[in-house]
Amino acid sequence: MWKYSVPVVLFALLILMFVKGLDPERDVNALPSPFLGKPAPEFELPSLTDPSKTVSNADFGNEMSLVNVWATWCVGCRQEHQFLLQLAESGSIRMFGLNWRDNRVEAQRWLQDLGNPYIDTAYDEDGRAGINWGVYGAPETFLVAADGTVLYKHLGPLNRSLWEKHFVPRLESAGKTQ
Amino acid sequence: MRILFSFLTLSLFVTVAYAVDTEDALDDPVLQARYEKIVGEVRCLKCQNQTIKDSNAFLAGDLRREIRHMLEDGLTDEQIFDFLVERYGDFALYKPRASGKTLILWIAPALFLLGGAFVLVNIVRRRMTLPIDDDSAAKD
Repeated sequence: MWKYSVPVVLFALLILMFVKGLDPERDVNALPSPFLGKPAPEFELPSLTDPSKTVSNADFGNEMSLVNVWATWCVGCRQEHQFLLQLAESGSIRMFGLNWRDNRVEAQRWLQDLGNPYIDTAYDEDGRAGINWGVYGAPETFLVAADGTVLYKHLGPLNRSLWEKHFVPRLESAGKTQ
Repeated sequence: MRILFSFLTLSLFVTVAYAVDTEDALDDPVLQARYEKIVGEVRCLKCQNQTIKDSNAFLAGDLRREIRHMLEDGLTDEQIFDFLVERYGDFALYKPRASGKTLILWIAPALFLLGGAFVLVNIVRRRMTLPIDDDSAAKD
C-alpha cells in the first residue's frame, strides 16, 4: 500500500499546480514587480500639461499615492479611464499619471476630452522613466506608500472590483500603521 | 522538369529574415559583438517569447537603446544584466543567474535525471532477481 504513496502525492501536487495555473483570474502576462517593498524609482520629468514645470517623486508629498502609467495608444487605458475619474472624484487617493511613450499634443487632448483624474502627469517621451519603473505594458498602476516604498503594482486596466480586491486592503492596513 | 523539381525542393528551405534592429552598428566591433550577445539573452517583457533582439515592440527598441548607451559608457555585461534584473526581475533574462530563487531552475534537470536513474536501477535490479519464467513475471 505505502509504495503507491509517492506517486499519489506527486500526482496530487501536479494537479494542484495545474489548478493554480488555470485560475481564470490569473493574468499570465503579469510579473511581480521587483520594486515591491522597495523605494519607488527616482524620476524627474516635465509635466505633460505644463512643460515648464517638472514632476518628480517629491510631488508625492509623503502621502500615499497612485502612479498610473498610460498612453493614448493604449486601449486598456481608455477602458479604465472612467473608473480613474470616479476614483479621483472620491478623493480617496492622490493620483499621478506617467504618460509613457506618447505624443504630447494627443495626450493633452485626451485629458481635455475624457477628463483629467491626475494631480499631475509626468511626460516620459523616450520611455526612459518607464524602464526605470520596470514598466512593460500600459496601463500599469503602482501604489506608493507615504514613505515612498512601492506597496503594489497592478498590470492591466483597473475597475472597481479590482480596486477593492487589491488596493483597498493595502490602503486600510497602511492607514492602521500610520 | 528536373529544373522545376529542384526549384520546388529548394523553395522548401526558404526562410524569411526581417531586420528588426535597424540601428547602425557600434563603432567598436568588440562592443558590437557584446551588444549582439546581450540582446540575444534578454527577454522582451511585452512579447514574452521573444528576445529583444527579435522583437519589434517599441519596448524592445528602448531596451536595445539603453543597452547600447550602457555599453558605450563602459559598463560590464554583468552590470547591464543587473540593471535589467533590478527593474524587471529575473524573468528578463533568458539565462537566469544561479542565485537564490533561480537555483531550483538550474538544479531541477539534474535532480530529475538522478531520480529517473534511481527508478531505472531499482526496476532493473528487481527484474534481475525474478526467475526467467514468463508466467511468474506476468503475475508480478
